[in-house]
Amino acid sequence: MTQSNPTVQKPVTPLAEFWFYFRQNRGAVIGLAYVAFIVMMALLASLLAPHSPTEQFRDFILAPPAFSDGGSTQFLLGTDGVGRDILSRLMHGARLSLLIGLVIVLVSLVMGICLGLMAGYFGGVIDTAIMRISDILQSLPPLLLAIAIVAVLGPSILNAGLALSLVYLPHYTRLTRASVLAERNRDYVVASRVAGAHAWRLMFITILPNCLAPLIVQATLSFSNAILDMAALGFLGLGAQPPLPEWGTMLATAREYIQSAWWVVTFPGLAILSTVLAFNLMGDGLRDALDPKLKQ
Amino acid sequence: MFQFVMRRVGMVIPTFIGVSLLTFSLIHLIPGDPVTVMGGERGFSAEQRAEVEAMLGLDKPLVQQYGLYVINILRGDLGISFVTKEPVMHEFLTLFPATIELSVFAAIFAILIGLPLGIIAAVKRGSVFDHTVMTASLAGYSMPIFWWGLLLILLMSVQLDITPVAGRIDALYWVDEVTGFMIIDAWLSGEEGAVGSALAHLFLPSIVLGTIPMAVIARMTRSSMLEVLGEDYIRTARAKGLSPTRVVMKHALRNALIPVVTVIGLQVGTLLGGAILTETIFAWPGIGKWLIEAIGRRDYPVVQGGLLMIACIIIVVNLLVDLTYGIINPRVRHSK
Amino acid sequence: MSLLSIQDLSVTFGPFRAVDRLSYEVNAGEVVGIVGESGSGKSVSSLALMGLIDYPGKVTANELNFEGMKLLEMKDKARRKITGDEIAMIFQDPMTALNPCFTVGDQIMEAIAVHQGGSRKERKLKAVDLLRQVGIPAPEERIKSFPHQLSGGMSQRVMIAMAIACDPKLLIADEPTTALDVTIQAQIIDLLLDLQRQKNMGLILITHDLALVAEAADRVVVMYAGQVVETGPAAEIFARPSHPYTEALMKSLPESSQGKARLDALPGVVPGANDRPSGCLLNPRCPYATDKCRTEEPELIETDGRSVRCFTPLTQQEDAA
Repeated sequence: MTQSNPTVQKPVTPLAEFWFYFRQNRGAVIGLAYVAFIVMMALLASLLAPHSPTEQFRDFILAPPAFSDGGSTQFLLGTDGVGRDILSRLMHGARLSLLIGLVIVLVSLVMGICLGLMAGYFGGVIDTAIMRISDILQSLPPLLLAIAIVAVLGPSILNAGLALSLVYLPHYTRLTRASVLAERNRDYVVASRVAGAHAWRLMFITILPNCLAPLIVQATLSFSNAILDMAALGFLGLGAQPPLPEWGTMLATAREYIQSAWWVVTFPGLAILSTVLAFNLMGDGLRDALDPKLKQ
Repeated sequence: MFQFVMRRVGMVIPTFIGVSLLTFSLIHLIPGDPVTVMGGERGFSAEQRAEVEAMLGLDKPLVQQYGLYVINILRGDLGISFVTKEPVMHEFLTLFPATIELSVFAAIFAILIGLPLGIIAAVKRGSVFDHTVMTASLAGYSMPIFWWGLLLILLMSVQLDITPVAGRIDALYWVDEVTGFMIIDAWLSGEEGAVGSALAHLFLPSIVLGTIPMAVIARMTRSSMLEVLGEDYIRTARAKGLSPTRVVMKHALRNALIPVVTVIGLQVGTLLGGAILTETIFAWPGIGKWLIEAIGRRDYPVVQGGLLMIACIIIVVNLLVDLTYGIINPRVRHSK
Repeated sequence: MSLLSIQDLSVTFGPFRAVDRLSYEVNAGEVVGIVGESGSGKSVSSLALMGLIDYPGKVTANELNFEGMKLLEMKDKARRKITGDEIAMIFQDPMTALNPCFTVGDQIMEAIAVHQGGSRKERKLKAVDLLRQVGIPAPEERIKSFPHQLSGGMSQRVMIAMAIACDPKLLIADEPTTALDVTIQAQIIDLLLDLQRQKNMGLILITHDLALVAEAADRVVVMYAGQVVETGPAAEIFARPSHPYTEALMKSLPESSQGKARLDALPGVVPGANDRPSGCLLNPRCPYATDKCRTEEPELIETDGRSVRCFTPLTQQEDAA
């Protein structure tokens, strides 16, 4: 009696498996490509930008973009109310937005993870205290809370970043805590504890790596929120102060030009929209690729 | 049932206390001397300084200040605005209806469009329609709404001249403020065209404010529907010979809507937050605009009072959503 | 004319054939048992019967006739009219098969409303009567219950009540007792068979429980990896199985291994979508496989009311010996 051999497939590395699922979501791939483009733009802004973002060309105030009449190729996307090249400002603004977004997400991620780990692992009074504070922070709409904090500290890009980090903190705390609670009583944790691992090791080395998937997805989404909220604060005059070329701040003064110079209003907003959309598409794809339930 | 309600209410009280602590500490967290900051560029004379200090009670110990603060809140006294010298609570109550009106219309827009889109996208999963809805809704909540508002003003008001640019009603109508809700007041005034003007002014701001909630509702409805449509009892319903419409609208929808209702309730927070930006752009005289201006003018009692009121409203709405969920989900309803 | 006549029913999901040229008949009042392991396609075939296979599944057949009506050619609306009315189905897990948002009574009354109509009062009376027929105590109270308030056995009784509400001519029971406690299983089967006898329904009983089929069925259809491998009268098949797979199924029953150190089990597993062997699908595991079995695919051949898909059927081997 012989047996026919079914084909045995080579085991796939986690990264390759992840990429396989991620690749299937066309939107996510487009998002990734655009994000790469924006990152490139941000990193090489000083090299690629045709002009300095703060130089004012007094002779070319409110110049239209190159493709509409009256425009020239000197200022591809036109100039703003004091004659600054919009394209250069957008490119430098990309650097600002991405950097500050990264800082905000990292700070709130790290602090949120620490607090969440402590709340989930130690439980009891620590848990209740941390959760109560999270509740309070979440009882205000995020933008409003950020505005309140900036109102207290004074408007500047740094304070705005600080405020947003604080505002996003509860999300990570909750996520981490939920994951910790789910993993805490699993066998591998108990085994480590029996083997003598102390609390910090258990929290950071044993449990944390298994909670990472939802955190990564949330971080990507937070990043796009950070860009949006930062722009909102800039628009309200509470974030990056002029002449910093932050996209939202650029829109703050754009209102007066709505009837006379549409490009001043349109391009910064498009920059925000496209970047945030790209990150959200990526985040969607990440979530689908990391979610075991959807795997077939 | 009663126990369930009481328990939920009990959980909320510490949050109220916490929020009051937060707003109370705002003034004291200002770096430097708060009174000097409030004086702004012109500064205060010694007399004015003493006046402000006494009014804020800054000369008393912190705990006592907080105690007074809480007592005042419970009495409905949120202090006096520095700028207008009016009681904060009075200003809030006067301006709040405008925000409510805007939020209600935004919510109606969000639900009327978002819900059906989500349902159809789920039923036609994988189709062009589905992908379009998903992408459009993703774009919807990637949108900076202050820019979206500006863009729509540019298109509709400036280029096409369809909708008005700012305010709640055309200046040529004089409408008595009876309820604070412009639609109702315009109707009550009996002036011809007043209601139409009020609606025209509401149109653009509602769409702008409602865009993000609409996107969220559409996505949530779709994913909830998809999950429900894969359940066994849907297969049973089809095996009974029910028409597809009936299966979706009766069997699937009831179950799918349960989480969606929660999401809709939670959008109140988004609406109030978004109102700030929307009101600023459309010069809509609601509490969002009021707060922003107060921050700019360092009118701290207004900032404190406004934040506190908004936080309380959100907490109460979340509580109601929680309770409603308990009522409409039969499994929760019957277990306690 | 038979109640249900199926010839060459195939259900494909892309390249994967979940059901491959299935053929059998059910006559009025007859109990047909369909046996097979998980993955044999027995559930999918009955879903195809009911019209419950969705895209990307494709259903094709030479013949899929119910009382002479060509099911595959009917318009959706016409087909829905007989679904739930003349052909009904009950499913494996009763706890998830009922809508948690509606009362048990509402769901039964809905089945009646869609096909028979009647005032609310009439339907309510009928629902109460149905609950009584399936052996639920205090039916007048029970119709107000929600599904999560019922036990597994009760839920299955409700499902049965819902299925027989319009007096169907054919009832399909897809593993009706698999999800239930052992003590309840016998009760539910007894109930099903009682109802079948009373109403002279055709009953298709899908299960992996051989003992059940041996007791309850008039005829048996044995399935393996989407194909029918043997059909015939129940008594004959179990006394003298013709297909090696049927023999293996019988041998794997714990009862037949009394006194032995190990259970008799076929080595290997049912082929999935990606590892279909060439030739006969059973050949990697079959103790009687020949070279012909490994290269050619056997057809289903009928003789004397029994059919078998094998190049070396056991009955032939016996006769030859």
